Amino acid sequence: MGRTQDASISGRAVGSAPPVREAGRKTGKRGEVSTSLKPISREKFGFAEARHLLWRAGFGGTPQQIQTLVSWGPEKSVDHIVDYQDVPYDSATLADFDKDIIRLPTDDERRMIAQARRANDEETLARLRARRQTAEQNDRQQIRKVQHAWIKRMIETPRPLEEKMTLFWHGHFATSYRTIENSYHMHMQNHLFRAQAAGNFGELLFAIIRDPAMLAYLDQNDSRKGMPNENLAREIMELFALGVGNYNENDIKEGARALTGYTFVDDGFAFQEGNHDNGGKSIFGKKGNYDGDGFVRAILEHRACAPFITRKLYNYFVAETPCGREHIDKAAKSVVRDLSGTLLSNRYAIRPVLRKLFLSEHFYDGAVMGEQIKSPVDLVIGAVRSLNTPVRDLGVLADAMNLMGQNLFFPPSVAGWAGGRSWINTSTMFVRQNILCFLLTGKMPVGYDALANSEKFDPSPLLSELAAADAGAATDPARVVDYVMRFALGGAGENEQNRQTLLAFAGEHGRLTPDVITGLLLLVTAMPEYQLC
Amino acid sequence: MTMSPLNSAYTRRAFLHRGLVLASAAASVPAFLQSSAFGLPMPAWGCSSIPGVPEDHVLVVLQLGGGNDGLNTVVPFGDSTYYKARTSIAIPEAKVLKLTKSGGGGVGLHPQMTGLQSLHDEGMLAIVQGVGYPNPNRSHFKSMDIWQTADTSGTGDGWLGRYVDAQCCGYGKGESGKPDGSQPEPDPSPQAAIAIGREAPLAMQGKINKPIAFENTDLFRWMGADVHGSLVKPYDEITRQGVAAGVDGESNAGFLMRTALDAQVSSDQIRKAVAQRPLVQYPGSDLSRQLQMVASMIRAGLKTRVYYVTHGSFDTHAGQGGENGRHATLLNQFSGALKAFYDDLKEQGNDGRVLTLSFSEFGRRVYQNASQGTDHGTAAPVFLAGPMVKAGLIGEHPSLKDLDEGDLKYKIDFRAVYAGILDQWLKADPKKILEGTFRPVEVVKG
Repeated sequence: MGRTQDASISGRAVGSAPPVREAGRKTGKRGEVSTSLKPISREKFGFAEARHLLWRAGFGGTPQQIQTLVSWGPEKSVDHIVDYQDVPYDSATLADFDKDIIRLPTDDERRMIAQARRANDEETLARLRARRQTAEQNDRQQIRKVQHAWIKRMIETPRPLEEKMTLFWHGHFATSYRTIENSYHMHMQNHLFRAQAAGNFGELLFAIIRDPAMLAYLDQNDSRKGMPNENLAREIMELFALGVGNYNENDIKEGARALTGYTFVDDGFAFQEGNHDNGGKSIFGKKGNYDGDGFVRAILEHRACAPFITRKLYNYFVAETPCGREHIDKAAKSVVRDLSGTLLSNRYAIRPVLRKLFLSEHFYDGAVMGEQIKSPVDLVIGAVRSLNTPVRDLGVLADAMNLMGQNLFFPPSVAGWAGGRSWINTSTMFVRQNILCFLLTGKMPVGYDALANSEKFDPSPLLSELAAADAGAATDPARVVDYVMRFALGGAGENEQNRQTLLAFAGEHGRLTPDVITGLLLLVTAMPEYQLC
Repeated sequence: MTMSPLNSAYTRRAFLHRGLVLASAAASVPAFLQSSAFGLPMPAWGCSSIPGVPEDHVLVVLQLGGGNDGLNTVVPFGDSTYYKARTSIAIPEAKVLKLTKSGGGGVGLHPQMTGLQSLHDEGMLAIVQGVGYPNPNRSHFKSMDIWQTADTSGTGDGWLGRYVDAQCCGYGKGESGKPDGSQPEPDPSPQAAIAIGREAPLAMQGKINKPIAFENTDLFRWMGADVHGSLVKPYDEITRQGVAAGVDGESNAGFLMRTALDAQVSSDQIRKAVAQRPLVQYPGSDLSRQLQMVASMIRAGLKTRVYYVTHGSFDTHAGQGGENGRHATLLNQFSGALKAFYDDLKEQGNDGRVLTLSFSEFGRRVYQNASQGTDHGTAAPVFLAGPMVKAGLIGEHPSLKDLDEGDLKYKIDFRAVYAGILDQWLKADPKKILEGTFRPVEVVKG
């Protein structure tokens, strides 16, 4: 698989400056957590900070990429990541997939089925059924292709934040193929999320009440004037924009009335005027003749909206809160309050909030760095991108993500993935270690074509920075072990026992051949700490 | 994961001559993807006891995937409509293993199900007839989700996951499956329910306790151990240290270190458990293999409450066969495996501890189709096995004449069967776990 070469944080970009060894920084793990949103100074933005930024705002980086960011300093690095629209990259297009692969039966077909039923015409029924089943099978194959295309894009992109935010919206406006059974509509929704990735939350909310996948998922096509379906109105308030406690049951009923008539035909939004309830409504105590857009406007004007979406972003990029650890929760509360002010003053534009966050001293506090559990997507994409392993087989990567609990386009419910510790149990721990083993060595799972995955992993580029700094360092086991731990684990990996274990392993084998380095990486990536970023 | 002798010999020799060389990808190697792993009883902690709940009651769920044809499984041989509807695939009356007297209302088992017949005769089999739910959904996915969530919308947590959560952590059904976020969640229990299979079923997805699944216990381990022998010792040192010195136990790092250790201990225990030879001979089928693993884990004293196994592919749209053929083979495997399972448990002295529930996402239409098969239908029988069950037929066979668009009308809601199991066997509150009131079917002897 080719990767874009020209941009600094794409797959295999090359930096130049040697890594700088810093004094150990273990500040703030339990004590005061900085709540400052002031920009971090250039002097404090070292290897660990640049590494942290690459992981959280993307999917990790190679030693060279980390070094490039260090040399750029925080402002230029954050601008490069956040203003990703300035980085040239092919846009995924809607035309990448077949929109006609599955269709609801036409009126003619419906009539034919009904007629055949009445006449007990088994031949016709069997023929129609077979046709339908073939279409469903093709569509299920297509959703796998859509999934693989996204994984490929996450691996290749020089704009990691674009994909990281696309994934954020997918988990936020969670919609599952399993319910809607239409791969093209899932692809359209993914396209929408990418178009607005770091765009505007308000615009996204207006778009989501017109999105066929969402409308199908939350039964909006069953919503009728006089018999509104409340599903969409409820989830917009509870999960998409406000949170429990900021609305009442009446607001849901009235919101559902406002949304009647918002539906879709084929692949496009359709407003069915005859089905729309245009009577007077009262939402959040304000009377008006709301339609769906009026309902969304009322939501965006609600004082709970900006803090709600800011907290969700905070949980995704910084830390899961509340977590019950007072020093972290207290700081998070203050930071979320300040950032939600930024969101509001920018009329729901996401980009200024992310820029401020990624530059802030808070973001680089010792309590924040290295304390997030990688999602399955972070783990897999991050390993490929940062260790520069072969990609091997997109299907295997997708299957492993599924076994680790994150099947793209199949979130478990409208609430999305719970994230954090819910990713981890004894079962997923082995899958996490083993997918790394697969990436590093090509160890094949049964049922896949072994030959397709025999590409040898070359760990030497990982050490080239070290060698450039000091020719002797790359052959000194102690220096190599320290370097690998610092690169692969960050601050979370400062564990003397593990260091001794790795030294003993390296010592047992003598010369540091590429296979010994790969062995070291197998051990490092099996460490519980490797699950953190 | 069994290491190919060729593979290990190669790596060892290579090591001697040239230092460490990793096993090549082309060598035959196993499958972590087929294994996810498991959770295991940790004697020291896990589910805490609840007063009045028997610690040793086990539920095994056996899923018949694809939509089992209930009418050719529990055959209404006394009804002439059956023979009219199924001109080429009906089971001749003379071949049916009769559970009732002949004549009107007579039902019996498919002739391949002699194993279930003998369980029935020993008073260890209950058949709940005509089980379904309102507004039946004929999509495999959707209907399976409905059965597994015990919710006709087919969304939310799994019913067994909610049971494990409620038992261990006092949680009921999650609102949209979402933690309320006000409190940190407790660690999931490593004693979670165990599913045999590549993916854990939705039924076992709780809010806190996530399912644990593996296809084959040889695979519950780190694949890296097969890359080179010298990796084993350092790997053990790394993963078995528990919470490392200087690490805050409440932090995510501390949580991960505890879980990594749990995973190693569980791996040891489960692999040791299933390495035992079974006490009886099982017939050869994949379902037998799965149930044999479950029996071994029960025998080893794992404290796991719920096991899940699956048997497919019952989606017999074409060429279904009658007393012989595709469907007959599937029933033979189902019946033979379940019988051997209880023989094994009896030898162990554990049969009284284990209730098995078997269901399918739907039955099939009354009339066969033009391809000598049957299409997706509705109500079907549910099987319950074990010496504690209220043996015999429960409920009436649904009418073959009073149909809903060619399909059977259900008589008993499946959630009423779940309620019976929760209430009478697992001693849990069905209302809380099923989030609704279903009058429990009497499934366990009083």
